[in-house]
Amino acid sequence: MRVPLSWLREYVDLPATESGRDVQAKLIAVGLEVETVERLGDGLKGPLVVGQVLTIEELEGFKKPIRFCTVDVGRANGTGEPQEIVCGARNFSVGDKVVVVLPGAVLPGDFKIAARKTYGKTSHGMICSGDELGMGDDGTHGIIVLPPEYEVGTDAIELLELVDEVLDIAVTPDRGYCLSMRGVARETAIAYGLPLRDPALLDVPPPNSAGYPVQVSDPMGCERFTARTVTGLEPEARTPLWMQRRLQKAGMRPVSLAVDVTNYVMLELGQPLHAYDRTSVDGPIGVRRATPGEQLTTLDGTKRVLDAEDMVITDNRGPIGLAGVMGGANTEIAAPVADPETGRLHGTTDVVIEAAHFDALAIARTARRHKLSSEAAKRFERGVDPEAASAAAQRTVDLLVLLAGGRAEEGVTEVVSPRGPRTITLPANHPDKVAGVDYGRETVVRRLQQVGCDVYGQDELVVTVPSWRPDLSEPNDLAEEVIRLEGYENLPSTLPKPPAGRGLTERQRMHRRVGRALAGAGYVETLNYPFTGSAVLDQLGIEPDDPRRAAVTLVNPLSDEEPDLRTTLIPGLLNALRRNYGRGTHDLALFETGPVFRATGDEKPASRLVVDRRPTDDEIASLDASLPQQPRRAAVVLAGGREQAGWWGDGRPGIWADAVEAGRTVAREAGVELIVRQDQHAPFHPGRCAALLALVDGEEILVGNAGELHPRVIKTLALPERTCAMEIDLDRLEQAAGGPLRAPKISVFPVATQDVALVVDETVPAADVEAALRDGAGELLESLRLFDIFTGEQLGAGKKSLAYALRFRAADRTLTADEASAARDAAVAAAVERTGAVLRG
Amino acid sequence: MSAPNKSYDPVEVEALKPEEIAARLDEALAAIAAAADLEALREVKVAHAGDRSPLALANREIGALPPHAKAEAGKRVGQARGRVNQALKVRQEELEAERDARVLVEEAVDVTLPHDRVPAGARHPLTTFMERVADVFVAMGYEVAEGPEVEAEWFNFDALNFVPDHPARQMQDTFFVQGNSTEGDESGVVLRTHTSPVQARTLVDREPPVYVVCPGRVYRTDELDATHSPVFHQIELLAVDEGLTMADLKGTLDHMVRALFGPDMKTRLRPNYFPFTEPSAEMDMVCYVCRGESVGNPDRPCRTCSSEGWIELGGCGMVNPKVLIACGVDPEKYSGFAFGFGIDRMLMFRHNVEDMRDMFEGDVRFTRPFGMEI
Repeated sequence: MRVPLSWLREYVDLPATESGRDVQAKLIAVGLEVETVERLGDGLKGPLVVGQVLTIEELEGFKKPIRFCTVDVGRANGTGEPQEIVCGARNFSVGDKVVVVLPGAVLPGDFKIAARKTYGKTSHGMICSGDELGMGDDGTHGIIVLPPEYEVGTDAIELLELVDEVLDIAVTPDRGYCLSMRGVARETAIAYGLPLRDPALLDVPPPNSAGYPVQVSDPMGCERFTARTVTGLEPEARTPLWMQRRLQKAGMRPVSLAVDVTNYVMLELGQPLHAYDRTSVDGPIGVRRATPGEQLTTLDGTKRVLDAEDMVITDNRGPIGLAGVMGGANTEIAAPVADPETGRLHGTTDVVIEAAHFDALAIARTARRHKLSSEAAKRFERGVDPEAASAAAQRTVDLLVLLAGGRAEEGVTEVVSPRGPRTITLPANHPDKVAGVDYGRETVVRRLQQVGCDVYGQDELVVTVPSWRPDLSEPNDLAEEVIRLEGYENLPSTLPKPPAGRGLTERQRMHRRVGRALAGAGYVETLNYPFTGSAVLDQLGIEPDDPRRAAVTLVNPLSDEEPDLRTTLIPGLLNALRRNYGRGTHDLALFETGPVFRATGDEKPASRLVVDRRPTDDEIASLDASLPQQPRRAAVVLAGGREQAGWWGDGRPGIWADAVEAGRTVAREAGVELIVRQDQHAPFHPGRCAALLALVDGEEILVGNAGELHPRVIKTLALPERTCAMEIDLDRLEQAAGGPLRAPKISVFPVATQDVALVVDETVPAADVEAALRDGAGELLESLRLFDIFTGEQLGAGKKSLAYALRFRAADRTLTADEASAARDAAVAAAVERTGAVLRG
Repeated sequence: MSAPNKSYDPVEVEALKPEEIAARLDEALAAIAAAADLEALREVKVAHAGDRSPLALANREIGALPPHAKAEAGKRVGQARGRVNQALKVRQEELEAERDARVLVEEAVDVTLPHDRVPAGARHPLTTFMERVADVFVAMGYEVAEGPEVEAEWFNFDALNFVPDHPARQMQDTFFVQGNSTEGDESGVVLRTHTSPVQARTLVDREPPVYVVCPGRVYRTDELDATHSPVFHQIELLAVDEGLTMADLKGTLDHMVRALFGPDMKTRLRPNYFPFTEPSAEMDMVCYVCRGESVGNPDRPCRTCSSEGWIELGGCGMVNPKVLIACGVDPEKYSGFAFGFGIDRMLMFRHNVEDMRDMFEGDVRFTRPFGMEI
């Protein structure tokens, strides 16, 4: 809502010195979000006067038609001589009254006016367009042609009210009444403690049977319908300048007098109005729900197929308006058109004015269904004062009579479904308890009365809320009125005393640790959007029946290519990897932790549960069952150098083993020792892919995969060579986590070290050899480490030698050489038996 | 006592003459002083203090002296040998010190050499900032609650008093999830538009008193630009207990901004509207960048607060009793307060992030400097 300060002053006697910013601060404090204060005509300086065009000479030979004019500006130029002005506009003729800016003046935007040579003439000033004066462009880019009644030499700055301030207020959905001057004026009056001149306090004749016939067949959807008729409008009548200016400042474009008047009254009182050309309405006006499939062409020229829920205004032919949203084209007020023979203007002379009150929800649904957000719908959705309808109709009638020479017909139609006043009961100290402040009953009552409530009672207040405040329905609503008017800024600052908390949960700690561990290992965290599409899964070579294809799909995605939510973190990370690579960073190690989304396929639509009680556990369970699985994952991608080359020596590229190790790093933070096995799994290289497993209740479960990406994937996605990745499920790791760690017992007896080299087939996994060695070595084994792998001719083709360092130690004694050797021999024997290993001599 | 030795050599032993001893001593001391390094000193030691050195040989001759001369000669030789050994020791220490000093010089390196062998990793500042905010409240006794990002509309809207078709429901541009039924039914499931559904989940789950915060990721259908992102982050706070007031809300907010932005930070509440709080407020804090000094000061404009002096942090208010009822909490007995703040915006002005896109493009040059904690 744009509120010109000059207009606001009509209803509240603000101190003359009060600036727009002052009013802004006051209104913000009582809860109106005044986003900006626009200073119209800032820096504007005259002379800017009314002139009359005396002569026009068309200048030839230029790229565009140019006029050399003489203009009578009275004594404004000091001489009284005609002013010579060059003008590029063409929408005026000799005799027209125009707005002339003279040398020495400054227009908005620090545009200094001086006499200057142009098109071979000297132009002593300018004939102005609305744009140049900061009035907003009417779309024609032409100069302003004033009504003939203004005298030459009149100061146009005042005449056109060019200097003003406009408050732009973002009205919240609960304050529909502030979508009117009346509502903003009421808040202003309260904020300043000044009286309000309520523009809705008008004398309205009582309804009678002579009015235009109206039949409301849906009183729930339309609780009030006022119809008034004005006849004999003069087609020549134009919207007066003051009204045009107010409409412009409020952000509306002047159209024609009848339309301008209805818009003006809507801005003033908040009541949307509609004017029908009476000659094109056929029979009584009706209000009903549409029959499905019915059609209506609205004023914006769009043909709309109506829904059974849409409320329509009808005449004998059918719908003539989408109630409360937009009128129909078939009863539009006709703009005056000149008769080509007589030159006389023809246009609408008789109008029926509608001031109705429609159900907020019905209007909201219709506006949304037809994607049609009109000024009227915006107001009805947020709640319009039903009691203001007849005043608004009266105000419209009065203005049409005054400005268009119309005649108000005596008939006054009012169809009203009576509604009782709304009352709220609350303890007088309720606002005090909500705020934590002792306001006292007197203050509470006074503040509630200020917002328009009637208040009765002592300790228990019975409050009747005003008709323009449909948002006030609960005791806390009234508490807010008291607290905001007493000033949020005056609230004290106290701290509650929560019971002792338990800190972070084990799971939350684990998620933090995982992030720290990966960052500590050199990975940089990225937060990637979860939006994705099936194309990337195709590129990753993921099979049609893979569970990663079970995506959650959005109804309204930002991009049609990415309608799904991610089922894996890897594509997002690869995107970030590629972006970094493209920006010249080539050694990359990235990670992300976050949920992926897996549709189970069994999700039932979530039910609309009631809100007047807690849902039952079954109902909550049914809501949860409507959701996809959302397991939390961690993933890494890496490419380029893992270690840099430098003065210390060579660098080292990131390889599959780093990816697997990243998995171990994550698992370790969850307290889980991973089991790693060879695997084949898209999008990984079939020979360089590890399955990451963990024990849950003694059973191995898959928790993730790691390895080098498939060369085809790397090529398709244009990734750096040998890009590697790892993804692991943190929720599954959490399941696999053991309890608190048991501290190892530290033996202080000497260690006995034994190295063994075992020759096995190339295909035997090192993990199997290691497991056999551990099992065979028994409890004397303190640690075991693979320190070398060797392949070569002397071993024979298809063989590899694995060299292990075994450290033995007993808890209670120094081991003898024989004991250590025996343990080693047992370890080797197990490896020989289980993996076909041969001890290398 | 032995009998006096009567069979001594009447000729005095040449080597034990005082001038001879003095000469040997001088020779030894000169040699010691002349030893240039530890190797040379070792040779000097053998030559002048070894078993075959002149003084050692002289010592052996003492026995040949008449008894009255023995003591004097012995003393003379002993003193000389003592002085040699002392000189050797001093020289030894000197030379060792010289050698040590030389080795340290030789071993010197250029400690300014870089050693960025494994480039540092980092956590995302949004992650660490959310943790930091949460920790402020954990320290006060709050717990951290979590909820799903794909959420039932009932939790995201209905339970929070967003009436169907109410304009407030449209204020939040929502991503809707497709149902999987063939009849094209609406799924009733959305990407959560705020962290507030966690309020409802917490209240449904726990008995008051409830003091929780919920940091998390939320979604709205905004295209990514310098100041908007379809995916962003909020932190939600909910306190429900007996007798909580708006003053408690104000105090809690004051504490938070001081803990996060410094002890001199101030907050301001402005009336506003949210369906799930009543009374509702918008909370501002003094501009972190200009501290309000840009207001009315065209020479020092502030881009962060547009020279307004205040920065909008988010919405807050007293939990609407309708929300308590929908979650099974008795509004006659309990009251509560709640707020939800945009983490991304807070991070932007706390750390001068000029473009929202930097936070979501994953460029390591942006994230790396933030390290492990902020």
